[in-house]
Amino acid sequence: MSSADETAVAITGESGPMNGLKETAIRSVFFSCALVTVLTTLGIILVLVQGSIGFFQEVSIVEYVTGTDWSPVIRPRSFGVLPLIWGTLIITVGSALIAIPVGTATAIYLSEYADPQVRKVIKPTLEILAGIPTIVYGFFALSFITPIIQRFFPETGTFNAAAGAIVVGIMIIPMVSSLSEDAMSSVPDDLRNAAYGLGATKFEVSTSVVFPASLSGVIASYILALSRAIGETMAVTLAAGMHPQITGNLLEPIQTMTAYMVQIGISDVSVGSIGYQSLFAVGLTLFAMTLAMNLFSLWIKSRYREEYQ
Amino acid sequence: MTANNEPAEMTPNRRGPESVSTSEIDERRSASAAADDGPLGSPRVSSPVIESRDLDVFYGDTQALHGIEMEVPERQVTALIGPSGCGKSTFLRSINRMNDLIDVARVEGDLYFHGKNVYDDDVDPVALRRKIGMVFQKPNPFPKSIYDNVAYGLRVQGKDDGDVDEKVRTALEQAALLDEVEDQLDESGLDLSGGQQQRLCIARAIAPDPEVVLMDEPASALDPVATSKIEDLIDDLAEEYTVVIVTHSMQQAARISDKTAVFLTGGHLVEFDDTEKIFENPESQQVEDYITGKFG
Repeated sequence: MSSADETAVAITGESGPMNGLKETAIRSVFFSCALVTVLTTLGIILVLVQGSIGFFQEVSIVEYVTGTDWSPVIRPRSFGVLPLIWGTLIITVGSALIAIPVGTATAIYLSEYADPQVRKVIKPTLEILAGIPTIVYGFFALSFITPIIQRFFPETGTFNAAAGAIVVGIMIIPMVSSLSEDAMSSVPDDLRNAAYGLGATKFEVSTSVVFPASLSGVIASYILALSRAIGETMAVTLAAGMHPQITGNLLEPIQTMTAYMVQIGISDVSVGSIGYQSLFAVGLTLFAMTLAMNLFSLWIKSRYREEYQ
Repeated sequence: MTANNEPAEMTPNRRGPESVSTSEIDERRSASAAADDGPLGSPRVSSPVIESRDLDVFYGDTQALHGIEMEVPERQVTALIGPSGCGKSTFLRSINRMNDLIDVARVEGDLYFHGKNVYDDDVDPVALRRKIGMVFQKPNPFPKSIYDNVAYGLRVQGKDDGDVDEKVRTALEQAALLDEVEDQLDESGLDLSGGQQQRLCIARAIAPDPEVVLMDEPASALDPVATSKIEDLIDDLAEEYTVVIVTHSMQQAARISDKTAVFLTGGHLVEFDDTEKIFENPESQQVEDYITGKFG
């Protein structure tokens, strides 16, 4: 009887209503912090949609999405967003053509081939590459990449799509390689051993076992890198120029959606004018594109998730 | 012999399955079969497929195996038993040079496959592993379809020119799995039960038709029913293949093997003989203690 009493005392201890109150308070603090990100996202969507409403009262959506001429400030005005989308597309596809092969090969090297010592040097270096401010990449493109292109193609302008695509490609390599390497490293060694045991070479193990087994993570890294390319702003503004046009010639300047937003953002268009409102419409378009990419990435991840025991 | 010298790089003149080193092995195979004089101090062996001579294996500074002497007879089941950490799995992995994949592992001494030392410089571990298949402790099917799992070895070994379907079905049948998966060959190998996965791994190992099948505690992760299926299967496999199996279960060794090697703590091979002899009348007191459960 007495021992049971002691136990009862020991369990209740100092705890009381005050302790429960503290827990509740802590919980609310953490919850509010988490809420900030959600509210911010909702706020951004609200602002974009609200700002765009004014724009689409003046300009028909059909003209916006099918028009091939973009001149919202200078008369005669024209509001076809396709040249901006085209510019963004050129940069995205061009940079993907560079970053996906190079990034994937880097990831395979780091995960499957590199000595631990080599990996210890290369991985942080790649992460430094990812941390360089994008405006620095822009100057790198202007002062280094473009002169090289001009040496081969003298007619190349100071601002050109090729330099933009190349520099964004370089910029997103670390994203592809780092995330893909994480995915490849998490493939269990059991699978590698099984393949080696069957007489597979290292190259076969890497390409026909490790790569497919890590596919969901690898594809997710591609998509994240591409949404980064779509949203990339300063480097492309500096490297690729501010000339909205639909052209297949990569040596000519173009303008991406983001570069246009920079242009209007720093210009003296008056608040409430159609030029100002177009900022929100383009922003909304950009947001929709990156959102779609991120949702696609999530879907890929769940669709191709491999289950190991 | 470290993983720095990875399989592909260890091949000055790699040419796939028909490379010099393997055809040389084939030649010596007939030679060694003809000149069979039986190793000293061990039961008479008809044409040993694998001979270990004074084999030491080190992991860094730790010696995992000490001067292993053993001859593995053709088309029989040889069991390697002993307590945990006795080096039996290490010995198994040194036969097909899987220890190459471990950075710190180092091998000294000789290990002959049909009279050819597999640690000679001109041996391509990739070609060696095509002759010596392996089944692992934990079922490890690839995240691919059942069909592609079995066909994988055929593909990497360039044996996928003929009737792959036929070879896949034959291997699944030999592994006693065909009846259970016949209608789901396109489904993922990971969807099978543990016992089925292990039989899938056995089918995958034998599909390219190796000579030797190494098994590292293939039933230790399985329930009794699945274990008994695997044991029956090993019995059948020995008609066509030389089987070397590591097991921690003495009963299992007694049930399925023709020869038994007893490794004891520290990486010493204490006794190697006919399974019956080992379990009924072992030479060594240590082995007798181990078998009867007084030690280990």
